Amino acid sequence: MTSVLTQPRPIRLKGRSFLALSLSPELPFADWLARLDDLASRSTGFFMRRPVVLDITGIEIDRAQLRDLVEQLATRQVRIMGIEGARPSLLDASVPPAMADGRTTSDIEVPVVAEAVTATRAAAVPDAAPSAAPSVKAVPSLIVTEPVRSGQSLVFIEGDVTIVGSVASGAEIIAGGSIHVYGTLRGRALAGAMGNATARIFCRKLEAELLSIDGYYKTAEDLGPELRGKAVQFWLEGDTFKSGSLA
Amino acid sequence: MGKVIVVTSGKGGVGKTTSSAALGAALAHDGDKVVVVDFDVGLRNLDLIMGAERRVVYDLVNVIQGEAKLTQALIRDKRLETLYLLPASQTRDKDNLTAEGVEKVITALKSVFDWVICDSPAGIERGATLAMRHADIAIVVTNPEVSSVRDSDRIIGLLDSKTLKAENGERMEKHLLLTRYDHARAERGDMLKVDDVLEILSIPLLGIIPESMEVLRASNLGAPVTLADERSVPAVAYFQAARRLKGEDLPITIPGERRGFFGKMFGRKAA
Repeated sequence: MTSVLTQPRPIRLKGRSFLALSLSPELPFADWLARLDDLASRSTGFFMRRPVVLDITGIEIDRAQLRDLVEQLATRQVRIMGIEGARPSLLDASVPPAMADGRTTSDIEVPVVAEAVTATRAAAVPDAAPSAAPSVKAVPSLIVTEPVRSGQSLVFIEGDVTIVGSVASGAEIIAGGSIHVYGTLRGRALAGAMGNATARIFCRKLEAELLSIDGYYKTAEDLGPELRGKAVQFWLEGDTFKSGSLA
Repeated sequence: MGKVIVVTSGKGGVGKTTSSAALGAALAHDGDKVVVVDFDVGLRNLDLIMGAERRVVYDLVNVIQGEAKLTQALIRDKRLETLYLLPASQTRDKDNLTAEGVEKVITALKSVFDWVICDSPAGIERGATLAMRHADIAIVVTNPEVSSVRDSDRIIGLLDSKTLKAENGERMEKHLLLTRYDHARAERGDMLKVDDVLEILSIPLLGIIPESMEVLRASNLGAPVTLADERSVPAVAYFQAARRLKGEDLPITIPGERRGFFGKMFGRKAA
């Protein structure tokens, strides 16, 4: 009888705090969702894999509406991990649990893809009729025909980035897909930045400060001197960096 | 309507002020009406380089804050009657420059002068961004060494994003002025070569100014190097750069390069 209670290995429970995004919907929900869609279209994948808390403080809402809102968000890849500011009567097992005592940190800015990028995308994907049946979507890519200057950060998490020119020391390219540099890569290149182990980095002349694929990185020092100045590509095999000549 | 030029670099000590004064004097030498504006509020030097430090009464900040009229603050050069200086304030700081105030001053100067040369402070903060904000043409002053080149690259990025021209979707005309160049040291590999710098920055070359004692001597005399000794090597290089600014197509020579040994001459076309 007592053996259960004297089990030598207790279940471990620990407290831990995390930083979550907090979304505050506004009434009417249809309009707010439309604005959210607009934001999401300009920064695809922003909510992906991020914990999100729904803050409904002060919003008149019933249980069915809340459940519907959570489902609506789920279809947009926004996964709600908890609900803040809800009356206890609203919450049952069908909606995420209540969260309280959250501390506010600074506002989080959604990295909106630059104008030029949006334009390129619009040109690349000519108004795919939204009503059309789900069809094959072209993988977006961004082509930059100017040198990327020191201090500039080019973020394109939707797909590949191609630079026809050089990437200066102190500049960085962050791509969801692969990175191609038809010039000298002197800055940082982070490919597969949203989690993509098949992404690669290609450059015509390697002088990079840092390379990263899928979160695995190497600094210039780790790369060794043999590859400097060469036309090379990099890819991941498991958790090791592989390089090959492009010449 | 005159043209507004910003002389900028990011890094300090590369020769922005020297070049502003020298190019200003070179342009004024041909009879153009030129004003050189010192944007380095708090650390002004242009008045010294131009030998006008004892004649400063009002300055840029006084004009912006409405304490003086523009005509009261402008100082006419004693040697060239078409060359003027608008000094910076030494006692205030750069927060006294306002975007509206700078715009007003630049617009007023543009309507009177052929060339308005804005001598930018080092850095990428308020003073530097305001100096470049209204420019039509940018002259990026760079020394042949890696830190200067990277800072210049950063400045070029800002010229393409933070200026009025960039915000209106126009392209800023940018020129590279390579200063303190020592051919022998570049050949030995102690310095970056001209081609290396051009490859990294990829903007057209306006001129190459050699490292020279003349420049130091001229600034201690309080005269732009183009006025102190018109025939010195750096002065000639600045005069040629000024002619290229006006649209002349002159081949660029690398100062100090041995020419004629095998009848070989490196000519570089300015874009």
